[in-house]
Amino acid sequence: MNWLTNYVRPKLRALVRKPDVPDNLWVQCPSCEQMVFHREMEASLHVCPNCGHHLRLPADRRLAILFDDGVYQTIELPRIEADPLKFRDRKRYGDRLKETRAKLGADDAIRVAHGRLGGIGVVVAVFEFGFMGGSMGIAVGEGLVRAARLAVLQRAPLIVFPASGGARMQEGILSLMQMPRSVIAVQEMREAGLPYIVVLTDPTTGGVTASFAMLGDIAIAEPGAVIGFAGARVIEDTIRQQLPAGFQRAEYLLDHGIIDMVVHRHKLRDTLIRLVDLLVNKRAADVVPITAHGDPSANGATRPNGADRTGEPIPAERSHDHRPRAD
Amino acid sequence: MLSHLDFEQSIVELETKIEELRHLGDAANLKIAGEVSRLEARLDRLLRQTYAKLAPWQKVQVARHPRRPHCTDFISGLIEGFTPLAGDRAFADDEAIVGGLGRFRGLSVVVIGQEKGADTDSRVKHNFGMAKPEGYRKAQRLMAVAERFGLPVVTLVDTPGAYPGVGAEERGQAEAIARSIDVSLALRVPVVGTVIGEGGSGGAIALAAANSVLMLEHAIYSVISPEGCASILWRSGEHARDAAEALKLTAADLLHLKVIDEIVPEPVGAAHRDPATAIRHTGDAIEAALKPFLALDGPALKARRREKFLAIGSQFLI
Repeated sequence: MNWLTNYVRPKLRALVRKPDVPDNLWVQCPSCEQMVFHREMEASLHVCPNCGHHLRLPADRRLAILFDDGVYQTIELPRIEADPLKFRDRKRYGDRLKETRAKLGADDAIRVAHGRLGGIGVVVAVFEFGFMGGSMGIAVGEGLVRAARLAVLQRAPLIVFPASGGARMQEGILSLMQMPRSVIAVQEMREAGLPYIVVLTDPTTGGVTASFAMLGDIAIAEPGAVIGFAGARVIEDTIRQQLPAGFQRAEYLLDHGIIDMVVHRHKLRDTLIRLVDLLVNKRAADVVPITAHGDPSANGATRPNGADRTGEPIPAERSHDHRPRAD
Repeated sequence: MLSHLDFEQSIVELETKIEELRHLGDAANLKIAGEVSRLEARLDRLLRQTYAKLAPWQKVQVARHPRRPHCTDFISGLIEGFTPLAGDRAFADDEAIVGGLGRFRGLSVVVIGQEKGADTDSRVKHNFGMAKPEGYRKAQRLMAVAERFGLPVVTLVDTPGAYPGVGAEERGQAEAIARSIDVSLALRVPVVGTVIGEGGSGGAIALAAANSVLMLEHAIYSVISPEGCASILWRSGEHARDAAEALKLTAADLLHLKVIDEIVPEPVGAAHRDPATAIRHTGDAIEAALKPFLALDGPALKARRREKFLAIGSQFLI
């Protein structure tokens, strides 16, 4: 159990941590290009207050806004030694790894943590897109296996947030092998009878999508997230046609029946709490009272009329109305 | 016209010369016969030398050789009474994936493989071996048939990759591949997978989550095509040769990395020069690989398969 010993207080760390762009108090929205004061951006959970665009989140921020009171414990994961293939493109993979590790203070593109979500113990694995595009190599695959094993050990649900360009080419065939390995992690959850929820974030593509990410008991996506197998450019080159509007976006996948719901980041924590509660506390008597906090929109959240598949519960009196699309 | 690869120039010249001489003289002409056998000996030496030390990029070309035996050639050479089964029961029959029931060396089996096609018409029909979601869903359905009747599954992998298209994405290409891996890993019957030509990325692993994974000597198996890798990492497709080198995609590399279990030797000058022998050797290797698994019960087969994949790459973790 010594891999469980790395206890951190991420909230405290987040407070003393230097912002990513210390000289710049303004963040530009990559979608509407509006400049937003960094505190305002943080308060809105990195959702642009102007246009609603969901910005990509660093892994530690994702964890901090998810868990109750922002408190969680990360587990130590094995790392790959040097460079299994001695891979070299324009740069040595070994050097690339070293530089990225130093820059991000992380060993690889995944973090695994456990803590409470609405009072229920959960295990969470989050991809770090900033670490070589969140690409999945041996260490990431191993992280997913360890996350599932921890969840089974704790009899806890597992929630995974992929954010990845796909397999890590620099690990060649060994990265392809993470597809079956991560699927085994999902199977271990299934065999233990535990919920496995995937929250697809921008972007989730390639071998990551084509393995554990598409096998969630429940599949949630953040608005506007690019989710797909083949890259848009590859498809365009193959079919020599323009792609349809909104292609491979979360909403497009929802319309094609690939995922369960698209959930606004402000509602994500509440949605996850409700799902986990329904799947874990199967009788109302099991329910532990939940203390609301953290989420700026948690209080008085109202459901826009007719908007289902957004993770909002349907009020009992009209729950027969399955697919209202009034607007 | 025999298509040839750029590094085979001198080989093809010799082959042509031998062919011409044979044509020229009747069998009685001893002088010509002597010359022919002398040239044949030289050709054999040259082929052995060339093919013993193919560079990765050359292997890529051999693995994609249009005359290389394809899935349906292996099926007709190895499976008696092959009865194709079609469709995913939901959308379509994807002919990039060929599969069905048949008898392999006395055993009823389910065979599933990717077929690239051998001429323009058949290539189009089989979509160059690039399956769409319905293809992977057909594969899952056939695996379920195998599970239901306790039949071993034999897979033959030969694909540039899963098809990148709008419809494929809309119908859940990623989910279809993920589910194929899932179904394959959960099977309680023996699964032997063989990479016979090109093992292209997710499209390949969808059929290769097997108890034993074999690979033909000159086949390749990779997370991405060398061209794709080059265009991303070198920002130019012209570096495909370098990418092929870096990706470690040859059978020898993969055996060394413990990703595959066995290499099936190819005849002198590769499978396209003697398909019948290549197919027979492959059959022998599949039979031998299958044998120990026939003695195991369902849970053990599933557990062994998962342990095998969990162990891959673990030597590089600290």
